[in-house]
Amino acid sequence: MLTGAEIFLESLKREGVKTVFGLPGGVVLKIFDVLYSEKELEFILVRHEQAAIHMAEGYARATGRAGVALVTSGPGATNTVTGLVNAWMDSCPIVVITGQVSTSMIGNDAFQEADIVGISRSCTKYNFLVKDVADLARTIKEAFYIATTGRPGPVLVDLPKDVSMAKADFVYPESVYIRGYNPTYKGNRWQIKQAAEAILKAKKPILYIGGGVINSDAADEVRELAELTQVPVTMTLMGLGGFPGTHPLSLGMLGMHGAYATNMAVHNCDLLIAVGSRFDDRVTGKIDAFVPNAKIIHVDIDPTSIRKNIHVDIPIVGDVKHVLKDLNELLRGRGNGDLKDARKPWLDQIDEWKREHPLAYKSSDKMIKPQQVIEKVSELTLGKAIVATDVGQHQMWTAQFYKFLQPRTFLNSGGLGTMGYGFPAAIGAQKAFPDQLVVAIVGDGSFQMNLQELSTAAAYKLPVKVVILNNRHHGMVRQWQQSFYGGRYSASRLDHSPDFVKLAEAYGLKGLRASRPDEVEPVLREAFEDRQPVIVDMIVDPYENCYPMVPAGAAINEMILGDPSPEQPQPSRESDKESALPA
Amino acid sequence: MEHIISLMVENKFGVLSRVAGLFSGRGFNIDSLSVAPTVDPSVSMMTIVTHGDDRIIEQITKQLNKVIDVIKVVDLTEHRHVDRETALVKVHTRAEDRAEALRISDIFRARVIDSSPTTYTIEVTGDTEKVEAMINLLRPLGLKELVRTGRIAIGREEFRAGVQQEKRKIEQAT
Repeated sequence: MLTGAEIFLESLKREGVKTVFGLPGGVVLKIFDVLYSEKELEFILVRHEQAAIHMAEGYARATGRAGVALVTSGPGATNTVTGLVNAWMDSCPIVVITGQVSTSMIGNDAFQEADIVGISRSCTKYNFLVKDVADLARTIKEAFYIATTGRPGPVLVDLPKDVSMAKADFVYPESVYIRGYNPTYKGNRWQIKQAAEAILKAKKPILYIGGGVINSDAADEVRELAELTQVPVTMTLMGLGGFPGTHPLSLGMLGMHGAYATNMAVHNCDLLIAVGSRFDDRVTGKIDAFVPNAKIIHVDIDPTSIRKNIHVDIPIVGDVKHVLKDLNELLRGRGNGDLKDARKPWLDQIDEWKREHPLAYKSSDKMIKPQQVIEKVSELTLGKAIVATDVGQHQMWTAQFYKFLQPRTFLNSGGLGTMGYGFPAAIGAQKAFPDQLVVAIVGDGSFQMNLQELSTAAAYKLPVKVVILNNRHHGMVRQWQQSFYGGRYSASRLDHSPDFVKLAEAYGLKGLRASRPDEVEPVLREAFEDRQPVIVDMIVDPYENCYPMVPAGAAINEMILGDPSPEQPQPSRESDKESALPA
Repeated sequence: MEHIISLMVENKFGVLSRVAGLFSGRGFNIDSLSVAPTVDPSVSMMTIVTHGDDRIIEQITKQLNKVIDVIKVVDLTEHRHVDRETALVKVHTRAEDRAEALRISDIFRARVIDSSPTTYTIEVTGDTEKVEAMINLLRPLGLKELVRTGRIAIGREEFRAGVQQEKRKIEQAT
């Protein structure tokens, strides 16, 4: 007979778990007591439970395996909610175990009691309350099975204190069967045939790939499809890395901050092949005006994604990898040479759009441009680093200017847009890949939402490089206020941020700063060569805006390409001087 | 358009909340919902009456299918089916109205299941039209209380003579 706590940890080991992120508390003390003498599981003690979930997400996103977090009841559990919603929106496989008060106390408003199963019902793929220790092992098995199969997602297991103390025989099930849960992996042959015909017939096709390509490990299949049929590839934010950013057929990211040529190509295509993407409003802009002349093929493992936002002509429910394999098989040897010629006018047209308005920015010799920093990071890391971001301008610039080559190298919060995600996610990825360069690109605003984890990075010697694009603002908010609210910068300026170099030193870490464009490269080199966590404070142009931009509610071919011309009134830049940090 | 969706679900705690939460969270409508266990005690049947255009109904059925505790979803509107609901109507009856109340309940083959000097409680079962028709006739007498179950529905069995005979033959042989 084992205690619930022992059964729980044994079950984790059976699932191949090596690392658990979290923070202890009253009702999980029994588990932590067993963990004390546990050799095979490493526990990473965080400073705030929200960060534990983001670390588990970063770990999962970088490895493809489920990330695991363990927290206590009440506030420990409620602090996980943002991370759960984030993982839910971005289809990230994590298993979160929350402590709960004893079963006899549930419902009595006991100390540190929260109905986390009720609270998390709408933001988990599934959740469990374990009432009997005899159910515990099977519950853990089911939790991992549900989290990692089908469309992945977060699963929460609520574990009452008395259940972790009670004893039962430990029998770990070999497999589980859940009668209401049977994800479809194989696509319908007839539909796939229809798709193949449509691709061969199309004159102006676009392949639009999303996070499903990453989750399904289908980058090779996407590449084969693109090359076989000479279809240019655009990626959603979550899809970046699913196709090499340097490939001649790559169009980079589309949507609200997509490049001009990319959005024009999507708008004017006659066939849109959506693969593992979900027609998010940040991608489509005004939905009625999206791809007005195109047939749409949609491949997705989740039937609810299909025809949720847009009518689809050829729906294919299935796992992206399986479906693309079948599709490529049909297409192989079907007029590759002819297709090259047939596609030429379309590819030429896209090249012309690229020449008309390339993705670019005005460089300066006085002020560091944030895009310059991203380009430098991309250049120095050869696109091989794992890059995590928070949410805002710096995230969009990273998506635009960093050339991702490999899947699972870009960690960011796409659906929920969680500021404070990047740094803990980077820590989680670094834990999974201790020898790889992991860079967290963050804003001065968003970094402050989870910077307490500097302790965690220091304690476990996880050498994450934090590059702060410090513009002394919530930059994206400021940009919208400039563009759409007459430059009235309401609550978007960030005064009194800490001196980030001194902050790094306070945590016993290295801090570096660059304030002039010529300092960017040497500072980044110094940071990347170091084997410890480093904070790099990049003092960048506070009024740089992220373009192109599709205003909310506009069609994606209606882009704002740059700042308004100088005749129009410009917001004063004088006021920024007082908020500049010491050089 | 109105749709009657029949769900086979796991009979365990929290399932109703998952289904109801799905409707509220995604802004779908529930006109009525009823749920109870079936012959197999591990399974409950849920009947949901909802409305929306084709796109919404497609999303509703897909989203319901995605709920892990939902075993099967059938949009009965697409099939031949029968649906029924029960109402319990407590109606005020002055002495001169009592006979009229009984007559109305007779017409609808309803039953008086409780009686007091000033009220009758009448139980009526039928499709929504019938139940509402009776309620409307009773309304002038004065409705004291009204409780309705919401609709339950079941698909009609496909009856093909040949198949039935075949089955019988097999049964006889064994």
